[in-house]
Amino acid sequence: MTRYIIRRLMYVILVVFAVTAVAYTIFFVLPSTDPAVAFAGRNPTPELVQEVREQLNLDEPVPVQYALYVKRLVTGDEYGWPGLGLSYNTRSPVRDEIINRASVTLQIAIGGAILWLLIGIPIGVISALKQRSLADRLAMGFALVGVSAPVFWLGLVMLYVFWEKLGWLPGTGYVPFAESPKEWFLHMLMPWMVLALLFAAIYARIVRGNMIDTMGEDYIRTARAKGLSESRVVTRHGLRAGLSPVITLLGIDLALLVGNTVVTETVFNMPGLGNYVLVSTDSGDLPGVLAVVVLAAFAVAFLSLVSDIIYAYLDPRVRYR
Amino acid sequence: MSTAAPDAAGLPDAPTPVSDAHAIVGKTPWQLFWGRFRQDRFALAGLGIIILLVLMAVFAPLFAALVGHGPNELFQRETTDIFGIPEGPTSSFWFGADNNGRDVFVRTIYGTRVSLMVGVLATAIAVVVGVVLGVIAGYFGGWIDTVISRITDIILSVPLLLFAIGIVAACSTSKEGCLYGTLKPGLSLVIVIISLFTWPYVTRLVRSNTLSLREREFVEASRSLGASDLRIMFKEILPNLVSPIIVYASLLIPSNILFEAYLSFLGLGVPDDTPSWGSMVSDSLQNFDVVWWLWLFPGLFLLVSVLAFNLLGDGLRDALDPRANRS
Repeated sequence: MTRYIIRRLMYVILVVFAVTAVAYTIFFVLPSTDPAVAFAGRNPTPELVQEVREQLNLDEPVPVQYALYVKRLVTGDEYGWPGLGLSYNTRSPVRDEIINRASVTLQIAIGGAILWLLIGIPIGVISALKQRSLADRLAMGFALVGVSAPVFWLGLVMLYVFWEKLGWLPGTGYVPFAESPKEWFLHMLMPWMVLALLFAAIYARIVRGNMIDTMGEDYIRTARAKGLSESRVVTRHGLRAGLSPVITLLGIDLALLVGNTVVTETVFNMPGLGNYVLVSTDSGDLPGVLAVVVLAAFAVAFLSLVSDIIYAYLDPRVRYR
Repeated sequence: MSTAAPDAAGLPDAPTPVSDAHAIVGKTPWQLFWGRFRQDRFALAGLGIIILLVLMAVFAPLFAALVGHGPNELFQRETTDIFGIPEGPTSSFWFGADNNGRDVFVRTIYGTRVSLMVGVLATAIAVVVGVVLGVIAGYFGGWIDTVISRITDIILSVPLLLFAIGIVAACSTSKEGCLYGTLKPGLSLVIVIISLFTWPYVTRLVRSNTLSLREREFVEASRSLGASDLRIMFKEILPNLVSPIIVYASLLIPSNILFEAYLSFLGLGVPDDTPSWGSMVSDSLQNFDVVWWLWLFPGLFLLVSVLAFNLLGDGLRDALDPRANRS
C-alpha cells in the first residue's frame, strides 16, 4: 500500500509541474502582447508596467521566470500562501478574493454531488436489477436526455418555472449561510438540482453498467447458491463491487467542477470561482484567471490522488497492478 | 436498442442465381450493419433529425427569405415597445424578437450552422490527431508510448472549460491573438481549443486497441513479407479500428456541440454578429423572466441536436459492435 501511495504521489507531482508549465506557457509565452502589459490590466501606466515586470521577474530568461513563478506558488509571496500575486486592476491580492469565492463554488459542488448520488445510484441499481423493464427504459431515457441537456437551459427552465411562475423558490443570487440558513438553502437548491440532473444521468448509466457486470460474476452465483436472500446478495455482495468505481469518478468530477460550475454560476448569478474568472476575463485581469486555472489543476491532481487511494483500499487488486 | 441481429430481415431481395437455389449469399459488412441499424427506431429518429438540421443549416438563407428577415437585420421599430421590451412570438416573428429587435426564428436557424460546423470540424481534427498519435503510441510502445500517454493523462485531468476560458482570455489581450498572430479570437480559436481538449480521448481508445492488434498473426505475416512500419500501422491495423472510431466520433460530436454552446454562452465563443445558440441564450440573461422565447427556442434546438447525435451514436455502437458492453 505504501509503495502504491508513493508511486501515485510522484505522479501527482509530475502532473502539477506539467500543468503549471502549460498554464505558464498559455499566459506568458503564447500571447503576442508583452506579458507585463497584459497583466497590468486595461490602459496601464508605464510605471505600473515596470512594477509588473519586476514583480513577475519578466526581465529574466523564460525558464528562470517559470522557476521563480513556481517558487512563489509553492512557498508563498508577500500576500500569503499560496503565492498567487496581485490583481493590478483592483490592487488587491488575488489570494483573498479566491478564498472567499472558493467557498461558494465548493458549496455548490458538494451539495450538488450529494443530490446526484442520491438520485443517480438508486436509478442505476434499479435499472440494472430490472433490465429491459419499463422502469429501466424510462430511467435510461431520462439519462440520455439528462446527458444531452445544456446546463444553462435547464437552469433557465427551472428559474422560470419555480421562481417566475410558481413562486416556490427565490430567484438568482447567493445568501451566506451565516446570514440566514433558510434563505441560503433555498437559493442553493436550484443550482444543486441543475448539477444533480446532469450528473445523476451520467452516474445512473455508469452504475447500471457496473452493476450488470457485477451481478453476472461467479461469486454472486455462489452467494445465491448458499441460500442468501436476493436483497442480501444485492446489498452485501453486489453493491460493494458495483459502486466502488463511482468513488474514483466522484473525486475527479468534484475536482473538475471547481472549474466547470462556471456556467451554473453565471445562470444563477453566484459569486463563485467561475464567476471570478469571467469577471477577470472581462476586465482584462489576467492574474485572477491564471490563479484559478492553476488552483483548479491542483485540486484535480489532489482529489484524484485521494480517490485512487480510497479505491485501492477498497479493492486490493488495484494496488498490485 | 435491439441488439438481437435479425438475420434475413435486413437483406434486400438478393439476386440469387436460379440454377443454384441453395447458394448462400454472403453479406457485406455494410449489409450486416444496415440490417441491424434499421431495426433501431431511436437511432433512425436521431439520423432523421440530423438530416433535417443539416438541411436547415444549408438552406438557412431560404428560411430568411421566406420570413423576409435577415439574421442580423434590426426591427426595433416594429418589435420593441416603449419600455424597450421586444415582442414575443407573432405571425411574422415566429420565435419573437430579441433585445436588439432581431428575428429569433431566423437566428435560431442560422445558429445550426455554427453548432454543426464547430461540432463536426473540431471532432474531425480531434479524430485525425487522436488516431495518428494513438496508432503510433500503441504500435511502437516504449518511451514514445509513455510520453504520449502521459500527455493524454494530463490533458484529460484538467478542468477543460476553465483552461479554455484561460486560453481565450490570454489570446484576447491584443488583436494579434496568440502564437504570433496565427490564433485569433473567433471561430477558429474555438475549434482549435475544442479539438485540443478532445483528441486525448480518441488517442486512448486507439492506443489500447492497437496494443492488442499488433500482436495478431496478420501483423506478423505482413511484417514477415517485409512491410514497413508505416504500412502496417495504417494499412493493416487502422482498417480494423474503423468501427470503434466511427462510434466514438459520433458520440464526440454532441459533446463538442455543447462545448461550443457553453463557450459562446460565456461570451468567449464566436463573435457577436454570428448567430449561435449559446450566445443567444446569454443575451436573454438580464431579463430572462420576461423574454422567455429568447432562451427557450435556441436551448430547445440545442437539446434536440445533442440528443439526436447521442441517439445516433448509441445506435451505431449497437449496430457496429453488438457484443460491446453497454454502459
